[in-house]
Amino acid sequence: MAKITFIAHDGTETVVEAEPGMTVMEAAVKNSVPGIEAECGGACACATCHVYVDDAWREKTGPPSEMEEDMLDFAFEVRESSRLSCQIKVVEELDGLVVRTPEKQF
Amino acid sequence: MDKTGPTAADGRAAPSSEAPIETDAVIIGAGPVGLFAVFELGLVDIKAHLIDILDKPGGQCAELYPEKPIYDIPGLPVVSGQELTDRLLEQIRPFEPTFHFGQRVDALERLADGRFRLVTDRGNAFVAKVVVIAAGGGSFTPKRAPIRGVEEYEGRSVFYAVRRREDFRDRRLVIVGGGDSALDWTLDLEPIAKSLALVHRREKFRAAPQSVKRMFELVEARRMSFHLGQIAELHGSDGQLEAVGVRSKDGALTRIECDAMLAFFGLTMKLGPIANWGLNLHENLIPVDTEKFETSEKGIFAVGDINTYPGKLKLILSGFHETALMAQAAHAIVHPDRKLVFQYTTSSTSLQKKLGVR
Ligand SMILES: Cc1cc2nc3c(=O)[nH]c(=O)nc-3n(C[C@H](O)[C@H](O)[C@H](O)COP(=O)(O)OP(=O)(O)OC[C@H]3O[C@@H](n4cnc5c(N)ncnc54)[C@H](O)[C@@H]3O)c2cc1C
Ligand code: FES
Repeated sequence: MAKITFIAHDGTETVVEAEPGMTVMEAAVKNSVPGIEAECGGACACATCHVYVDDAWREKTGPPSEMEEDMLDFAFEVRESSRLSCQIKVVEELDGLVVRTPEKQF
Repeated sequence: MDKTGPTAADGRAAPSSEAPIETDAVIIGAGPVGLFAVFELGLVDIKAHLIDILDKPGGQCAELYPEKPIYDIPGLPVVSGQELTDRLLEQIRPFEPTFHFGQRVDALERLADGRFRLVTDRGNAFVAKVVVIAAGGGSFTPKRAPIRGVEEYEGRSVFYAVRRREDFRDRRLVIVGGGDSALDWTLDLEPIAKSLALVHRREKFRAAPQSVKRMFELVEARRMSFHLGQIAELHGSDGQLEAVGVRSKDGALTRIECDAMLAFFGLTMKLGPIANWGLNLHENLIPVDTEKFETSEKGIFAVGDINTYPGKLKLILSGFHETALMAQAAHAIVHPDRKLVFQYTTSSTSLQKKLGVR
């Protein structure tokens, strides 16, 4: 299992246990983490699962794929650390991962 | 994602006043389920016209995930959204459906003779004996720009589509986006705008490379400007934009004076006018029975993602099944004098004739 911390725009933290193999978005939705909408259900087709990966974890999660970058064009306040959480696969090495959710999901 | 380019949106401006098109059935929505409805209706001798606000067939499959694989279509272990659309088009070709793209059905009402009259936002009218609503998640509509406070300006100085090109003549224009809509409109409006600034968040564009090249040529010739960054601020009052603030990657803020902004952030599905047709709705879905898939109005059917009933699953597979039963019920309305005999496409001479394989 991998522990993932979601920090909302207002600072509220939610910690969830995620099973390796699922995506960070799925871990959020399964545990009703606020701030992740995931309208398209993880198909990289909506950009409403946008998160900012904590700087300490950016190397481990890696950069967005080209298709994901295209979809990020539609997100709110995109930064260098932006990822779509449905495109981050949970692996043991991500145990302790910290991500922030943006003020809004569009 | 970006299919609201100049041709599609411009056409919407001109209403036509021709006589209504009379047909057996009108199918609202040309997604996978609307397409297969043509097949099932065709087998029972019902001719159909399809109307979709998109400029192409395939609904969600073609618009949201053309390249992605679908694994649960019976008999096709894996098929992409676009491939499924293409195969459906091939399958329904014998029934010669007529497509009406780039228009939204706005009105639906029953006529005194029991038939239905439909009118689109382009002013085209249809009269049909039955109506099949295959509207999925609703009409594909431009997404709101992800900018704080944008609501205040929408419709007055912030737009998501071009209704009349002339509205932008001699105006200082900001266009946001990196897809085909943004680039096509940039190239189209540059000659008539007073000034034009294109804003996109990164160096890579989703738009066709030749449009991007053309845009940079215009920048080179100082006929427009290009800004790398995201819109962070809107300045203005009473819905009238005066300037926008563009934040670049390094955090620097650039102010661009403007009168109007056109923003292209893809499409999303909204129920739209269906809510005004007097049908029973349940949480934006249309309740139907599971024998005929008929709505609260006799002769109006609903199939695919738009309907709901106990146990409903929003799967393409389920939508296909629904069209087969719907067609049986539609037959009784369109051809009340004819008896329907159950037949297989494998062995029935008459069905094979209709399919053009005999
Ligand atoms: C990313 C993703 C992956 C998916 N994967 C699968 C899968 O693996 N298997 C599966 O079975 N399903 C899958 N689905 C779901 C599947 O795509 C839908 O069930 C299917 O598209 C529904 O088809 P439909 O014809 O009912 O509606 P849609 O495909 O939604 O098409 C409806 C059409 O109607 C049009 N329309 C609506 N109102 C109007 C109006 N008033 N006037 C004019 N046009 C109108 C819309 O513009 C749209 O084009 C997936 C969906 C997504 C988003
Ligand atoms: S859930 Fe839609 S893009 Fe991630």
